[in-house]
Amino acid sequence: MSVTTTTRETTGARATVSTLERLGYRLQRLPLHLVIAIFIAIWIVPTLGLIINSFRSVQDMSSAGWWTVLFPPHGFSLASYQQVLQTENVATSIVNSILITIPATVIQLAIATMGAYAFAWMKFPGKDLFFIVIVGLMVVPIQMTLIPVLQIFKATGLAGTFIAVWLAHSGYGLPFEVFLLRNYLGGLPREIFESAEVDGAGHAVRFLRIAVPMTVPAIASLTIFVFLGVWNDLLVSLTYLGSSPNRPFTVVITQLVTSLGGGWQFLTAAAVLQMSLPLAVFIFLQRYFVRGITSGSVKG
Amino acid sequence: MDQIITAVVAVVGVPLVLFGYIILGERVIERLPESLQGWIRPYFWALPAIGFATIFMVYPLVKTVILSFRNNADTTWVGWDNYQYFFTFPDTLTSLRNSMLWLVFYTFFSVFLGLIIAILLDRVRYESLAKIAIFLPVPISAVAASIIWKFMFDYQAPGTVQTGTLNALIGTVGQGPIPWLVNSTTNNAALIFVGIWSITGFCMVIISASLKSISTEVLEAARIDGANEFQIVRLIVTPLLWPTITVVGTTMIINALKIFDIPYVMTSGAYDTDVIATQMFRQLATSHYARAAAVGVVLFVAIVPLLVVNIRRFQQQEEQR
Repeated sequence: MSVTTTTRETTGARATVSTLERLGYRLQRLPLHLVIAIFIAIWIVPTLGLIINSFRSVQDMSSAGWWTVLFPPHGFSLASYQQVLQTENVATSIVNSILITIPATVIQLAIATMGAYAFAWMKFPGKDLFFIVIVGLMVVPIQMTLIPVLQIFKATGLAGTFIAVWLAHSGYGLPFEVFLLRNYLGGLPREIFESAEVDGAGHAVRFLRIAVPMTVPAIASLTIFVFLGVWNDLLVSLTYLGSSPNRPFTVVITQLVTSLGGGWQFLTAAAVLQMSLPLAVFIFLQRYFVRGITSGSVKG
Repeated sequence: MDQIITAVVAVVGVPLVLFGYIILGERVIERLPESLQGWIRPYFWALPAIGFATIFMVYPLVKTVILSFRNNADTTWVGWDNYQYFFTFPDTLTSLRNSMLWLVFYTFFSVFLGLIIAILLDRVRYESLAKIAIFLPVPISAVAASIIWKFMFDYQAPGTVQTGTLNALIGTVGQGPIPWLVNSTTNNAALIFVGIWSITGFCMVIISASLKSISTEVLEAARIDGANEFQIVRLIVTPLLWPTITVVGTTMIINALKIFDIPYVMTSGAYDTDVIATQMFRQLATSHYARAAAVGVVLFVAIVPLLVVNIRRFQQQEEQR
């Protein structure tokens, strides 16, 4: 941002800065601000509308649009939240979402870090080939794996259990995580590992005492992404949990949408509850979030 | 209660098991003769990751390809029958067409809007705040985004109060309400728009990061030579951003082909809004496994060129390391 503003200020300073010219400059830039305002409105208003609607009673919602609350009588109510939490499965499914998300995140990151260390700091035959396969797997659509994995889960009796989704999420997430962590680990200074080796530290010590602590920033960014990815996932849970009592929040919301007349009115409250966690994570951990995105996609 | 205990055990247990695996495994390996150590150690470390990738990705991939040439009970080979079904049945053809629409419009507009917004915001003081607004839908799940927009597109019969924002808005200029999600001329566009809305912030953040790295001297020189802002964007900024744009574009193409949540939640694929992924899920949910496998393979084949591009790019990066 500073880049262009500074250049503009210097060119502006060179010209004689009369108030009239400054006004002209302001006017010239009015369309720019207007276009930006329109973009911001399109990207903010829909979410805002939903949040406002979630705090209105069902009767109000069906008799007038959400924007009417801007004028009195406002008529706010928590009825939707009360009702949605009393709706069968919803409260349980929120707990399920947490019980699915945390273990799935921990499992895959633990395994990925260990694998990434091997790819970054060990030499072995087939290493390059293995890694190219991992790079390739990053883009393979999970649809390609649903049927055989479902069959495995059915055969082992895991279908419909938390363990099934933990394992499946871990398998799907690993290629990207190994790729990213290996790049990060590989960028650590070689001297540290060599001097530790000279001091007689084995790989276990080098990994646990040096590699892992130094990779914490990368792991932190990745944790946020994996966590939100699993929390927001629909397809994996829909396939392996389906209608099991262990199904997460996203699946229950989707089933409320498709079951006509079921709980359509309370969906506003359900959706707000579902997205409140990702929004909170984004707002409070913004820096990690953006850093993770930029390092993940435009590497090198 | 049992579930909570299982989850806690998994959270604490898995790292502990891996910890024990590393410590004990290394103890054993260190006792082995030197030459053998170098052989076994790397595989020992990479084993859990490679194992997971094999069980959940490589094996299923191969299995799905095989299954797509077999009958539903997986007892005999049926040749190209499942594919023939896919390419002749009207419903699946519609899903193929819709995925093409997603591919073209979703990819183009998310990257294009991401670029435009990044360039526009680069010129104002309130850039970081505006970026948060555009980025806000990115962390939101596709499920929640679908519900947000289901209310935006809400339709009530003409003559009654329009509670959906869009229909109320067009009502103010005298236009009657449009059933956006049912009308077959608007519904695919509406769904694709929701997709674009949720991902533009992602494109913008990446493009913006690389926009900041363009040297000011180049832009300053162009301004002194009398280039106007449009010329600068078109002739200097966009070409310099091109490598980033292609990376983001590739990611968007992959997203477009895989898109599932938005059509599934908003219309369940009704009124001709099915895409390949929802079509596949429907076949799977109705236990037409072989046909579902064929749909999956079609999706995969569409992604293979991008897979090759990604591997090439990776290899180039490796050479530069």
